[in-house]
Amino acid sequence: MGTGESTTTEAATETESARARATRGLDRVGGRRIALYLVLLALIVLYLSPLWSGFTTSLKTAAGFATTTPITPPLPEYVTTEAWLEAWGRMRFAMVNSLVFVLPATVLSAFLGSLAAYGLTKIDWRGQIAILLLFLIGVFIPYQSVLVPLRQFWTIVDLPSLLAFSSTLAARSDLIALAITHTAYGIPICTILFRGYYLTIDDDIVEAAKLDGASSIRIYRRIILPLSKPMFAVTLIYQFTNIWNDLLFALVLVRTSRNFVATQALNELQGAMVGQYNLQMAGAFIVALPTLIIYVVFGSQFAKGLSGESGG
Amino acid sequence: MIDPLSRTLARTRWLHRRIRARVGRTDGGGSERSRREETERNAKSETEGQSSTDDRRPRPRPDGRETVRAVETDGWLARLRWSAGLQAAIFWVPPFVLMGWFVYGAIGWNFLISLTDWSGLGQPQYETFNLEMYARMLEDRSFVAAARNTVVLLIAFTGAALGIGLLLAILVDQGIRFENTFRTIYLLPMSLSFVVTAIFWAWMYNPETGMINVVLGGLGADALAMNWMSDPRTKLFSIILALTWQFSGYCMIVYLAGLRTIPDAHYEAARVDGASTVRMYWRVILPQLQAATTSAAIVLMVFSLKAFDFIFVMYGDTPGPSADILAVMMFREAFSRTNWAYGSAIAMVLFLLALAVIAPYIYMQYRRGEL
Repeated sequence: MGTGESTTTEAATETESARARATRGLDRVGGRRIALYLVLLALIVLYLSPLWSGFTTSLKTAAGFATTTPITPPLPEYVTTEAWLEAWGRMRFAMVNSLVFVLPATVLSAFLGSLAAYGLTKIDWRGQIAILLLFLIGVFIPYQSVLVPLRQFWTIVDLPSLLAFSSTLAARSDLIALAITHTAYGIPICTILFRGYYLTIDDDIVEAAKLDGASSIRIYRRIILPLSKPMFAVTLIYQFTNIWNDLLFALVLVRTSRNFVATQALNELQGAMVGQYNLQMAGAFIVALPTLIIYVVFGSQFAKGLSGESGG
Repeated sequence: MIDPLSRTLARTRWLHRRIRARVGRTDGGGSERSRREETERNAKSETEGQSSTDDRRPRPRPDGRETVRAVETDGWLARLRWSAGLQAAIFWVPPFVLMGWFVYGAIGWNFLISLTDWSGLGQPQYETFNLEMYARMLEDRSFVAAARNTVVLLIAFTGAALGIGLLLAILVDQGIRFENTFRTIYLLPMSLSFVVTAIFWAWMYNPETGMINVVLGGLGADALAMNWMSDPRTKLFSIILALTWQFSGYCMIVYLAGLRTIPDAHYEAARVDGASTVRMYWRVILPQLQAATTSAAIVLMVFSLKAFDFIFVMYGDTPGPSADILAVMMFREAFSRTNWAYGSAIAMVLFLLALAVIAPYIYMQYRRGEL
């Protein structure tokens, strides 16, 4: 959480990669160099092996994964996309449910985090640190310590009857509760991420706008928000991945099976399809697909969000 | 976690010029200030080398609070500050109220519930409060087992992930080709849900056709092939191995950031002294990675306290005494057995453990003025 730490990460990801580091560590000697690459490649095999074993299995028939090892790619006589199609058929509704609640929760928590960070950074007032501490501790609390009250709270609030005016909303109240819950618990980390960024924004620019007579709301809209774009990318990606991947809150808050979210439906699929490993693996890939795509496309932003978690 | 400072500065300067142009102000009032800040910053970096244990006042804050305080006696300015406080409140109060209710309100409520004897289908009676649930833990053997496993997981998982992450970081930091590709692949498991990785690993650990036993068999080490997920001796190990696989990439990222701040001169100096590679990393480089180690360790330890999804998907809510941890036990007691008050009490223990992990760290940061 130190400011020194944040400059650290930035240096790592961008500026230095071009710099030759031949003097570092292992020698420039050819033999050692080859050994280094061999170790790195072996590690890649290790790191990808769970995904590889899942992927090959997802494309095999039942006879295929029972008689061939998970290392071997599906042989022509065993290859099938049936598992993927069936898993997709069973999971599609849950994927839609997940999208419906994850997107608003992601955007809201990022936006609220940016607001809070601005109020705690760019406007000078006493007691900032105390408030900041409360946000910071909020990043680290184990969610188990709020689960029982959370269930009580959403029982007392009783969203379905509050939303009775619209049968669609009432039927989807679990997802609304889930979105609000994830927004609330996402605020601390978003605030910390944005605060680390806002500390690096030159104060002069805000001062100049103040001299111009701009209100703080105007300053936020006209200066801070446009400058925040790169941090919004980092925060949105971090939050989307986190919320999409979560199971615990859904287990507690989603009661009707038609509102099951993707992770929950996958867990159910695994419980119901005992021994049908091809189906389980295909389902796992389907749930992983959105975050995998985001990771492949926005890898560096994802890494920044992660290191911000410890070093922002 | 942020853009290169230079790029940000360039952008802000550009905007700055635009605003100045709009206000019609061309004098260098701001540049004088930034010069002052620069000297402050330099002074800070000079003192940075000193030990952090001595009782120093917090450094001048990056947002320049010290400079404002110097002229605070002026009543007009004090009023301005007060109104600034109000203006700031517009921004942080709404998110704070939402977060505060869900986090601190809920924890307080949870504590209250833990003092009742609430269980079953009814509603809690907030009439008599006692510590009965906490006393019950001490006599509960499954609590003792879960607490022991939690500590083992915390230590072994944190140590393994840090160690492997450091190794990955050092290997990736050798000025290799395709560095980005390697990094991306090592970090990839971090982007997956624990539900997904638990399903992959359950298949890896499958005793008959799972990858691990197949590979062990192929290497002629059949004796080592085990029923990893159901043998009580290897259950916790299986969990730690899979979680280490998932988190070591994260440690690599944190360590890489630390490594990149170490000047090349330190490597060269160690070379000139004739230190071996291992010795150089151990004696010269590792001590400079202390900040990275601490912050990564905090995140890993807090995670291991709340690790739930992975174990729940692998074992359900009853992993048995050799793999049960407090986070899973809390869920089981409260949501499967409707022992709400008991579950809440276990949750309080988890909360206090997390607080014990992060409090010293946050306090240290605060004392150094790095918050």
